[in-house]
Amino acid sequence: MARAFTPKVVTANHLLEGDVIYMTASGDWTRELRDAELLTDEADADLRLLEAQQQTAVTVGAYLADAKSGPDGRPEPTHFREEFRRTGPSNYFHGKQAEA
Amino acid sequence: MYQYNDFDSAFLAERNRQFRAQVGRRIDGSLTEDEFRPLRLMNGLYLQLHAYMLRVAIPYGTLSSAQMDKLALLAEKWDKGYGHFTTRQNIQYNWPKLNDVPDMLDALAEVNLHAIQTSGNTIRNVTADHFAGASADEVADPRPVAELIRQWSTDHPEFQALPRKFKIAVSGARDNDRAVIMAHDIGLYIVENDAGEVGYQLVVGGGLGRTPMIGKVLKDFIRQDDLLAYLEATVSVWNLLGRRDNKYKARIKITVHEHGIEEIRRRVEDRFALIRPTFGGFDVALLKEIEAFFANPEFTSAPVDAYTAAYDADPLFRSWADANLSAHKNDDYAIVTISLKKHGETPGDASAAQMRAMAELARQYGHDELRISHEQNVILPHVHKSHLPAIYAALKEQDLHTANIGLISDIIACPGMDYCALATARSIPVAQQIATRFDELKLEHDIGHLQIKISGCINACGHHHVGHIGILGLDRAGVENYQITLGGDATNTAAIGQRVGPGFAYDEIVPAIERTVRGYLDLREDENETFIETFNRVGLAPFKAYIYPEAQANAA
Repeated sequence: MARAFTPKVVTANHLLEGDVIYMTASGDWTRELRDAELLTDEADADLRLLEAQQQTAVTVGAYLADAKSGPDGRPEPTHFREEFRRTGPSNYFHGKQAEA
Repeated sequence: MYQYNDFDSAFLAERNRQFRAQVGRRIDGSLTEDEFRPLRLMNGLYLQLHAYMLRVAIPYGTLSSAQMDKLALLAEKWDKGYGHFTTRQNIQYNWPKLNDVPDMLDALAEVNLHAIQTSGNTIRNVTADHFAGASADEVADPRPVAELIRQWSTDHPEFQALPRKFKIAVSGARDNDRAVIMAHDIGLYIVENDAGEVGYQLVVGGGLGRTPMIGKVLKDFIRQDDLLAYLEATVSVWNLLGRRDNKYKARIKITVHEHGIEEIRRRVEDRFALIRPTFGGFDVALLKEIEAFFANPEFTSAPVDAYTAAYDADPLFRSWADANLSAHKNDDYAIVTISLKKHGETPGDASAAQMRAMAELARQYGHDELRISHEQNVILPHVHKSHLPAIYAALKEQDLHTANIGLISDIIACPGMDYCALATARSIPVAQQIATRFDELKLEHDIGHLQIKISGCINACGHHHVGHIGILGLDRAGVENYQITLGGDATNTAAIGQRVGPGFAYDEIVPAIERTVRGYLDLREDENETFIETFNRVGLAPFKAYIYPEAQANAA
């Protein structure tokens, strides 16, 4: 049996800045995971990923990252790698944690 | 120190011009990412977890003060005020913007620095013993031949699309290897034969990563005029034979393993016989030219009373001198290792202000020379002993006076998951916590010489396989997990560490390391027996009892 689909967000790095970006429900890009669109349907997710990959002037290396719905209904990471991507490094107060 | 000639400068300017245009074409959409990626990698530009990362080569680890000042400028102007010195004698900038990279490369070119072939499937930055030209134990300074290899390998048309990356290191001290020669695709020891001629012993097929292997001697003695042809023959044989079907089996260590060293040697000798006549002696003439750039500085002769007075009077200075100074070939001089491992800080990181301060010390007291070690520290290779107290005072102002070289807090750590897109776990915070723990325990100097090396994934940039204690960070079912290996050795008696058993969670790894070290303190014969000597005497089993006390209790 195929593995059950788990919720995803579309994420990538920004071509110019190099930083982590996420796709919103309107198809724009945000630097905040909490503003990303949480995709619960596999076909939708695949379609959104294709859209992201076509935006080569904005994105590099777009992929679907596992996420879950947080207490406020907004996406949260399920894996520590995605937690670091949305926060920044742990040795300096740099990256997204410093920009929030 | 090597100075670019007109050809070198023109070559680099043209290369930078091409890359600027390539960046422009990527941004305007003419190049896809698939097309651009190999081009940016050839120029040292990665895309990491949070940002781009620019890896700049520091060929054979040697820098002038002006070059170090420029590295500081890049950190300040285009990054977040610091740089990270790596285990391959490179510096990495963690936060550049794509648009800025061409300007960064042009700035580097002003001081003869570049990022060419610091990534990609090419011959990478040639590394060397960081005490080159200063220590008494070398047959010859390895840097001239390393520079020759840099020139030969840069843009070498046959070697721009190799099966995988290729790393070469050179040491002039066969019996005191400080350059991890045995863990390189090709390692060269400069040796003398029975007739007193200087040549090279070539070791091939070493490497860490997924399949760690200690290099094997391909040829015991290669004459100077045969070296480049022999290197070219070796890389050429691998270029044809190397596995392109599976990147995990593409490195030359696997090729040597699969075909056997005898068969590789036979093929290399055949290829060498074929191409040797095409090397008409230009390489030897060039090596002579290069050697002139690496002549000894003019050592001054002056009393060293200031040093001995400070050594006797100031216990903090004495502690630093005992840990951070090494013997120089001139008795009035010392080799100073500046620790980038202050307890609790990130191994290998230096701020722009620290870089400038070190550059100034080299300018004032160190014949204008600095080195970067694969152990992620900075070296002033030629310091008259009378200047050591002044240097110590200046280092103290910049928080660069940590007295821990070769001790447990002098940890090698890769960037790990704090920065690296390939990492499976963090390395830096583990290093920070271990250093802090043993500083608080005040055990560091009692423990003595002990190398901990930490990698945040199986690719082993942190050299964990050859750490006396190695730590490998993995992702186990979505949680960071750390494996310990013991008994690794990075020197000419190279050895791959042995895995002790099940790994430890992030919050368990530091206590496990403390138990390992307390085990050593119990097991050692006396305080003169180092960790690795104790391990080699007693083996893994007694250490396991300390590392896994519960298992021991259950078995009892």
